[in-house]
Amino acid sequence: MHQKTQLQAETIRLISGTNTRKCMKCGKCTASCPAFAEMDISPHKFVSMVEHGEIDKLMASKSIWKCMSCFACVERCPRGVEPASIIEAVRQTVIRKQNNNYLRPENIPELLDPKIPQQALVSAFRKYSK
Amino acid sequence: MTFDYYPGCTLKTKAKDLDIHARNAALALGIELEELPEWQCCGAVYPIARDEIATRLTSVRALASARDRGRELLTLCSACHHVIKRVNNDIQTDDEIRNKVNNYLAPDIEYNGETKVVHYLEMLRDTVGFDTIREKAVKPMTGKRIGAYYGCLLLRPNNVMAFDNPENPTIMEDFIRALGAEPVLYPYRNECCGGYVAMDDKNLAAQKCKNITSSALERDVDMLITACPLCMYNLDINTNTAEETKLPIYYFTELLAQVLDI
Repeated sequence: MHQKTQLQAETIRLISGTNTRKCMKCGKCTASCPAFAEMDISPHKFVSMVEHGEIDKLMASKSIWKCMSCFACVERCPRGVEPASIIEAVRQTVIRKQNNNYLRPENIPELLDPKIPQQALVSAFRKYSK
Repeated sequence: MTFDYYPGCTLKTKAKDLDIHARNAALALGIELEELPEWQCCGAVYPIARDEIATRLTSVRALASARDRGRELLTLCSACHHVIKRVNNDIQTDDEIRNKVNNYLAPDIEYNGETKVVHYLEMLRDTVGFDTIREKAVKPMTGKRIGAYYGCLLLRPNNVMAFDNPENPTIMEDFIRALGAEPVLYPYRNECCGGYVAMDDKNLAAQKCKNITSSALERDVDMLITACPLCMYNLDINTNTAEETKLPIYYFTELLAQVLDI
């Protein structure tokens, strides 16, 4: 594996705190995922693609904006792998680059309605921006 | 018994109903909630990435402050509970996070995860007791069929949250029985409502909520209860727009106050 891709994959493993090698490819994470139908790369593939160093593809995936961090995949994984934590690590790697925020303050006014709770705004900024 | 109470940002604004009825009901049940002075927003989502330090600090400030005051820290909003409890677990189990946080905050006494974080429902179950609620119920909700909506934040990951059985929880159903009503089990009670995705992809959140409310309606529920302002928002705007899907959603504390007649 190329040195850059190796380093990228190692960073994902480190900040997700997850050992991708423990995955036995049962697919229970993807079967549990409420956002599965909206994803171009499903949760079980995230695990194996980190293993194969395909981080650039993961960073370009729309799945990272669809994961709800509901932790169903983490709870149901029989091997203690945390697909949601891997997806979060990839998402962080994307938004930590400059000018790469997925949600910007100027987008907010059009998203507002009178009932929207502060919790939604705070969470979305934490998930989609740095 | 007196708890330090952490209301969080939304309970001061859009979710006042969750907060005010909780305070009143606690008083009626002999529990004193003293609002933690100068608490700061928990950030609403747990910082999953292990190298995030700044986003963990507000939770640690609240936890350390409760420790210094010799109190347990009581939460009510599902998100605050989730974030603060998980950050506390990080401090207890991750040396690097604990060291970095303490180096930055430099508290008089290092914070090592001493504070116990208690959710309001856990307080009702373990400190007050559901039997006491049943005894004090002035206006029991006899005959009402109520569905408990747990969502994700209170239950998962169970090895940290230790709230209830994550796949087959019972605490909210036991609470509903204590109100004199009949709990109704339905398939999607611990599945995600879409959460913050509602800001970016309203359709995805709408689909998730439709699964939840239609599976509850098929079982003839009169209403759902929740502990989370974002679940409340998602469920409400996605069901109460059309007559055929109409389903009242309440914060569990609203019903508690009603049953205690306060």
